[in-house]
Amino acid sequence: MAAYVIRRILTGILILILLSLVTFLVFNALPADPAALTCGKSCNPQVIAANRIRLGLDQPLYVQYLDFIKGIFFGRTYGSGTATFKCDIPCLGYSFRKGEAVTPLILKALPVTIWLSLGAFVLWLVPGVLLGIYASRRQGRIQERLVLGSALVGYSFPSFFIGLLLLFFVVIRWQWLPYPNYISPFEDPVQFLQTMILPWITLALVFMAFYIRLTRNQLLETYSEDYIRTARAKGLREGTVIRKHALRAGLTPIVTAAGLDLAGLLGGAIITESIFSLPGVGKLAVGAVVDSDLAVITATVLVAGTFIVVANIVVDLLYAVIDPRVRLA
Amino acid sequence: MTFLSVTDLQVSFSTEDGTVKAVDGVSFNLERGKTLAIVGESGSGKSVTSQAIMALHTGRGTTVSGQIELNGTDIVTASEEKLRSMRGNEMAMIFQDPFASLHPFYRIGSQLAEAVYAHRKVSKKEAKAEALRMLNKVGIPNPEQRIEDYPHQLSGGMRQRVMIAMALINGPELLIADEPTTALDVTVQAQILELLAELQAEFNTAIILITHDLGIVADKADEIVVMYGGRIVEQAGLHDLFYKPQMPYTVGLLSSVPRLDSAGNRLLSIGGQPPSLINLPTGCVFNPRCAAKNPDIAPRCESERPELREVGENQFVRCHLDEEQREKFATTRLAEVLEGE
Repeated sequence: MAAYVIRRILTGILILILLSLVTFLVFNALPADPAALTCGKSCNPQVIAANRIRLGLDQPLYVQYLDFIKGIFFGRTYGSGTATFKCDIPCLGYSFRKGEAVTPLILKALPVTIWLSLGAFVLWLVPGVLLGIYASRRQGRIQERLVLGSALVGYSFPSFFIGLLLLFFVVIRWQWLPYPNYISPFEDPVQFLQTMILPWITLALVFMAFYIRLTRNQLLETYSEDYIRTARAKGLREGTVIRKHALRAGLTPIVTAAGLDLAGLLGGAIITESIFSLPGVGKLAVGAVVDSDLAVITATVLVAGTFIVVANIVVDLLYAVIDPRVRLA
Repeated sequence: MTFLSVTDLQVSFSTEDGTVKAVDGVSFNLERGKTLAIVGESGSGKSVTSQAIMALHTGRGTTVSGQIELNGTDIVTASEEKLRSMRGNEMAMIFQDPFASLHPFYRIGSQLAEAVYAHRKVSKKEAKAEALRMLNKVGIPNPEQRIEDYPHQLSGGMRQRVMIAMALINGPELLIADEPTTALDVTVQAQILELLAELQAEFNTAIILITHDLGIVADKADEIVVMYGGRIVEQAGLHDLFYKPQMPYTVGLLSSVPRLDSAGNRLLSIGGQPPSLINLPTGCVFNPRCAAKNPDIAPRCESERPELREVGENQFVRCHLDEEQREKFATTRLAEVLEGE
């Protein structure tokens, strides 16, 4: 088991190295000249040339890449002489657009995205699984069709549509909530909730439908298993049969999907963050793309990739917790 | 009072292709400590019958009617809570495939304990002690260690022993064994049957043994019910059924049991397929495959459903042939097998 974990972590690191390399190369292949982007309208060739050297952009690509990787683990210093800038570990680059190191930018945006993702995660997973169980218990009846049908409606609308709809009616038309303005929950929990509730619902509506269907399908499959019949033959209550026997057996794909969906969101819920002006990783990434801010783009891709890789490992380890046969294999 | 009495049991499923009458008019009685074998091919209704006794037909579109009285309680009309309290407590069941029948994610100790908790208020320690006691009883070596195992860590025979331990842990008076040895190695089959017989003697359990193999019931059953197409076609005591089979189908089953002690080694199979339960043949359900066809009564066999009638002491048969014709067919057919023609 320990060997398996170590192997998975090493593969994960390898994937991240490849990911960073590809991102780095792709964005450097873009026609935008990063050195030219460092100054605004007042740019002249001398400043650009000077900045090119300060940023190390005059070096060959592989040197730039190695400097980038080195920066993550050891930090780095840009420029020389009087105009130096120290970028601390883990240094993910320097954004001239924002005149800031990238790492603090990400660290500032990350809590917003984490709150958004976790809240939405709970809000779609719990009702999704519960409604899935309910639908499976009412197979072939009107209740099942009602649940699956309304889930499909949520599923079919893109998140920007649901988000805008909620924003328009709840905030603008009915004025039930103030206009979203993100604040840390530790500073002002009420305003935090007022801001987050609509984005949470938006994301939850989009994801929930999938979990309802997944849970229902998994359960319908396990209901016909022999061990479910055994559980009933033992005289267990129907609730126990479903919770302890059927749901546990059908859990694996739900855990996989949930883990990967959560990780995907943690990398930035681009549309939802943009609609509700949440200063999260997704909004940071969109802004960076608009500004051709290569350092920020590379860093956000890497952060999102890290979440996915870590989630994959966690999900695989959870398999072993759920299914003892995996543990011994 | 009869311990278990099944009267005119009917089970039907409604499917997209029409209504399937899986069990039609099955009746039998069973006393404590006795074994009733239900023999038949796949689709004969034997498993459906047994699951009706356990009240495990909960699916929509399933209709169960008739009477199943166990200790005076009618299972067909009992409330779900009453049935739950009976399952695993007064009546228990083991299944064909012990691997598929044990939950793959739980240790066998916890699966056994769960059966105890379902019916008794006991502490964790007591439940574990019960589990150990039963594992010992069914002949599992090192039960203290095995109790921590998952089903996939046990052999097929061990798994079926665990299933038996789980079924008997609350001391039920009725045990239904649905093809308990079919998925097991031949060498293990006899051990499991032997174990069932021992435990039956100890607990005075009534057993319904469901099988397609007449060979395994030969020295285990007191009474045998032969089912075909959802109906009982012959019912008799063990001795009568083996030595005086009446129904051509029973004769066919007997001639298809491989025997080591007969010189002739010809094995006779019953031609054709079991009938489709949606579209049963008119007349005798077995008629299309019947080897005892007789021109004198053939029209009757094709058009009229025979009734189950008593032909000897506690022997019933569903056949239009008269006694002489049945006896003649059985004698010549079995002689063919024994002599290898």
